[in-house]
Amino acid sequence: METVKDLVHNPRFRSTLSWIALALILIGLVAGTFHTTKKVEYIWRWEQIPRYVLFKDSDLIEAQEDATVIALDRDGSDTVIVAANFLDEEQYYTVPSNLVTVSVGDEIRSGQVLAQWERWKAGLLLKGLILTLEISVLAIILGIIIGLFTGLARLSGSPAPKWLAIGYIELIRGTPLLVQIYIFYFFVGQVFKLSNFMAGVLALSVFAGAYVAEIIRAGIQSIHRGQSEAARSLGMNYYLSMRYIILPQAFKRILPPLAGQFISLIKDSSLVGVIALVELTRAGREIGTSTFNYFEVFFTVAALYLILTFSLSMIVQFMERRFAVSD
Amino acid sequence: MIDVRNVYKTFYSRHRVEALVDVTMQVDKGEVVTIIGPSGSGKSTLLRCLNHLETIDRGEIFIDGIPLTDSRTNINAVRAEVGMVFQSFNLFPHMTVLGNVTIAPIKVRRRSRDQSEGIAMQLLEKVGIPEKANSFPSQLSGGQQQRVAIARALAMQPKIMLFDEPTSALDPEMIGEVLDVMKTLAREGMTMCCVTHEMGFAREVCDRVVFMDEGRIIEVGTPERMFDSPDHDRTRAFLAQII
Repeated sequence: METVKDLVHNPRFRSTLSWIALALILIGLVAGTFHTTKKVEYIWRWEQIPRYVLFKDSDLIEAQEDATVIALDRDGSDTVIVAANFLDEEQYYTVPSNLVTVSVGDEIRSGQVLAQWERWKAGLLLKGLILTLEISVLAIILGIIIGLFTGLARLSGSPAPKWLAIGYIELIRGTPLLVQIYIFYFFVGQVFKLSNFMAGVLALSVFAGAYVAEIIRAGIQSIHRGQSEAARSLGMNYYLSMRYIILPQAFKRILPPLAGQFISLIKDSSLVGVIALVELTRAGREIGTSTFNYFEVFFTVAALYLILTFSLSMIVQFMERRFAVSD
Repeated sequence: MIDVRNVYKTFYSRHRVEALVDVTMQVDKGEVVTIIGPSGSGKSTLLRCLNHLETIDRGEIFIDGIPLTDSRTNINAVRAEVGMVFQSFNLFPHMTVLGNVTIAPIKVRRRSRDQSEGIAMQLLEKVGIPEKANSFPSQLSGGQQQRVAIARALAMQPKIMLFDEPTSALDPEMIGEVLDVMKTLAREGMTMCCVTHEMGFAREVCDRVVFMDEGRIIEVGTPERMFDSPDHDRTRAFLAQII
């Protein structure tokens, strides 16, 4: 009896038990998913997916008419084949240098394949991923700028900047992002003649800016008053004390919530699909409607989002460690 | 050098607190003045008004002839000439000691980095910790931090130095090293205004002692007269408590 009791209270035994439980839960999840898809009689076609990320496309160049090769001009890694027909009209064909099969003086016939090669092209999912990345990076940069100025305005002593900032923050936080994207696309986009890419980026930046402003405000307020007093007592003006004393310290503290905000932003960028931007989610939907492989497509889409968000949180963790030097 | 005329200041926090009531005092060039008094007597508030960290309700303050109360005065330019040392050091934790001492000369005085670092090293030599130049403040003891704070203020080559209870946050064994630096400064002829409870310091290097209570200046005199035969009962009661 005693030994059983000892075993139950042994921390190492408990930890082993917990690991086994974790493994069982994971196996259960996988088995459950497998069983469920069996029940709906879904046929998995994972082999369909890779070509939507990268696919091999074959390119070929054919001669347009009968002619004689009169010169081969190297132009970087390409070679321009110059050919002249019987009227001495010149034609130019650009092919990769290593694939040139003709030499000067050769006769070429109309329709003859001068070079044929295969190359990798980005599939719809990869294009979507790149667009999502572009939109997110731009929106993050603009969001930081908007958020910084709004956060500073929010802390200002004079009423105009302060209340403008409060109004902006409340307006943005109180309305759905989807509605804001529509407003930026249909209204702001029409008025300022924005492309749908710009409208999407601006909508996301303005949305993120409001949240970043609150994070920055909290960060600045968390810095002890003595810091700004010390800076001001040395004759630094508002700009210098913010730029060199307050913001560097605040930035270090707000990195974690800022990272959370930007991870949200990457995920929220899936909403700009509604204004005809084929970003990752929209790309997934388009592939789904043409292939009906919704399961595989959206699992892949989810995994690609995870790559973006996980990379961002790794970068931030690295920055946090770098900044921790002076603590 | 410092001219304070009929200054009033009231705080409205939970209660109405009259921090300064009709305060008038002068500090001449090269003079060392110590302000003493019980906590809440307004001595720190008065010191903070001298470089406009607090605004005043009524009265006038002139620093080297420049009126702080005039809205046309460039406060930042005045502050550059007035060094301040705080009770809680307020070093910039994200910068090295050298960074702390050089940031203001480089950004405010627009001196070159080389020149500023040269001056900074001389000052760190003077306060006795040149070997800590590349340490961060968190790696220093309280006494060392306060000496860096003094060097940081001196790097602007100010005409006046204000000390706001510079030894109050220190462990007893570190008070001496900070007071020694302040004594050296006083003997070199710096104009100084100190709020402190270190009566030994006041007696040794001060030209005048100002006693404040409840926002008013009760009496002013040489350290000998103030400590040995104060005029006022309140001064006597206060000194009896702390010595």
